[in-house]
Amino acid sequence: MLTVNSIEKGIVIDHIQSGNGLKIFERLNLAKVDFPVVLLMNVPSSVLGKKDIIKIQDKIDIDFTMLGLVDPNITINIIENSEIIEKKTVEIPQRVKGLFKCDNPRCVSNNDIYAIPQFTLVDKKKVKYKCEFCDDFTKYKL
Amino acid sequence: MSLKGRHLIDPNDFTLEELNQIFELAHKMEKNPQDYSDLCKGKILATLFYEPSTRTKFSFEAAMLRLGGSILGFADANTSSVKKGESISDTIRVMDGYSDIVVMRHPREGAPKLASNFSSVPIINGGDGGHQHPTQTLTDLFTINNLKGEIKNLRIALCGDLKYGRTVHSLIKTLARYEGMSFYLISPGQLQMPVYIKDYVKNQYNVEIIETEDLEDVINKVDVLYMTRIQRERFFNEEDYLKLKNSYILTSDKIKNAKENMMIMHPLPRVNEIDYSVDDDKRAVYFKQAKYGVYARMSLIAHLLGVN
Repeated sequence: MLTVNSIEKGIVIDHIQSGNGLKIFERLNLAKVDFPVVLLMNVPSSVLGKKDIIKIQDKIDIDFTMLGLVDPNITINIIENSEIIEKKTVEIPQRVKGLFKCDNPRCVSNNDIYAIPQFTLVDKKKVKYKCEFCDDFTKYKL
Repeated sequence: MSLKGRHLIDPNDFTLEELNQIFELAHKMEKNPQDYSDLCKGKILATLFYEPSTRTKFSFEAAMLRLGGSILGFADANTSSVKKGESISDTIRVMDGYSDIVVMRHPREGAPKLASNFSSVPIINGGDGGHQHPTQTLTDLFTINNLKGEIKNLRIALCGDLKYGRTVHSLIKTLARYEGMSFYLISPGQLQMPVYIKDYVKNQYNVEIIETEDLEDVINKVDVLYMTRIQRERFFNEEDYLKLKNSYILTSDKIKNAKENMMIMHPLPRVNEIDYSVDDDKRAVYFKQAKYGVYARMSLIAHLLGVN
């Protein structure tokens, strides 16, 4: 059995659907950070069968907005002194800025660096967003 | 409600009362243009046309000149700093210092909205890609209002390129807000109105929308027939354009049994979608519509500058 020590202070992103861990790791740019991070894949889980986990040591202020887009079942545990001091759930964000591109190739946000793509959620089930610039719909895909 | 300093990016940026306010002044300007010939003296309108335009650009220029104001700008992005790679935000921040109000046409959808984020003077969307064309909508509503007496309980048919046609996108979003409106959307399957617009008008205003490919099937039922051009410039390949360009051609034969008081509108320019034989029919109002556009834009400029 592979063993990874628990962290004293930091964040544990738990209950990630198996296979999504690496994508989240990349989206949060964790490959480029200078603090310790661990990605665990295919960990046995009583609820999911298999799950992925990400452990981030020391760093607390990370923007987790995109996690809700990936999987609303993800939980975030904030750790202090080796104890979980806060458990957060994520949800599909109502408004999103800069996390993904507009599907409309004619949209200014695909052609101008000042036009940061911004969206408002219109369909929670289909994770469908309306672009603030061109009004067209974009379905989020991880 | 004062419109001074506001932008017009989407036709729904204004309430129906505010639109009405614009039509009232436009009506007065049409009746007595001489009373308004100095209203914008000393003011400058910048026309930033990143995409070719005849009607909208000249209509805005005529409007500003008739109000006693001045104009500057470009009609071809290749002759401006844009060619050198200048961003929209930089162009706008510079034009801010040169002019009192800006009208922008751009092939990218949402470009005028981006411009409005960087501008301290009013930005008017003069058409952005296949997205919106709110001042054409002002023109269209002013025309319907003038010729029908009110905008209420009308069956409107929108025909042609409803996918990329920005004029019809703006028009349906705005007309849907008036009482008792219903719509026939006539287009080939490939050029149907985008789902995001149909969803919006249905969910927001609960209007009836009937989609069909057959113009003759519905022509006798409608109060307004709004024809549009199949736009070559919106297609990524020529083959698709050639397949669809002759989808609808309105002839005098086809309007024989249409209502006596039906209005035939078109934002112009037309190519072949309305046969020249229709021009003499009293129901054809598209040239009148183009003329009304100048007064609608005069009133808009005056309102946004706060000189009305």
